[in-house]
Amino acid sequence: MPRVAGVDIPNKRIVIALTYVFGVGLSRSKEILKKVGIGEDVRANTLTEEELIKIRDCLKTYEVEGDLRRRIGLDIKRLIEVNCFRGIRHRRGLPSRGQRTKTNARTRRSKKRVAVPGKKVAAKK
Amino acid sequence: MSRSTKKGPYIHHSLKKKVDASKLKGDKKVIKTWKRASMILPDMVGLTIAVYNGQKFIPVYCSESMVGHRLGEFSLTRTFRGHAGAKKAKVGR
Repeated sequence: MPRVAGVDIPNKRIVIALTYVFGVGLSRSKEILKKVGIGEDVRANTLTEEELIKIRDCLKTYEVEGDLRRRIGLDIKRLIEVNCFRGIRHRRGLPSRGQRTKTNARTRRSKKRVAVPGKKVAAKK
Repeated sequence: MSRSTKKGPYIHHSLKKKVDASKLKGDKKVIKTWKRASMILPDMVGLTIAVYNGQKFIPVYCSESMVGHRLGEFSLTRTFRGHAGAKKAKVGR
């Protein structure tokens, strides 16, 4: 199994396989393959060592995996330190882009409060 | 969509005037403003600006990392005091 940019070892069509790298989506994956000159439908396992090296070199020009994660973390930390609205929302674990929280917003909120608000009241009765 | 760079950062002219004046004089008196949508410019670093939140003026000290944010982001308009049934109500700001 090929290894690209650290940990990632999928065996699929190469366009899809590259998206397993954090920071590479479909469009960036296509972009890379175009630059390197490899067909999108090539299976990841059948790539030659040369092709892999090309892909790795191309990936180096992007911010990917750990570096990207670190930068995102720092950005969030900055927002929190500066004490702006978005920082406060991050601190509270609530959505920071003006979404409604009366309902939904489960991705941000669900880990903290697992119980559904309506259920508790019913149990007491 | 973000604002066109051609226009430069948005800042209300009345606030700009006050900032320029305080810069010229070199004093760092608190500037009161209602212009919450105005951006924090590099000029404003080090100044304290009292931003109205609909009820009172919240003093905002502008640091370097705050450049590019809007003044209103630092002066919250809502207070969340927790829900009625919550075990421990968080006291808002």
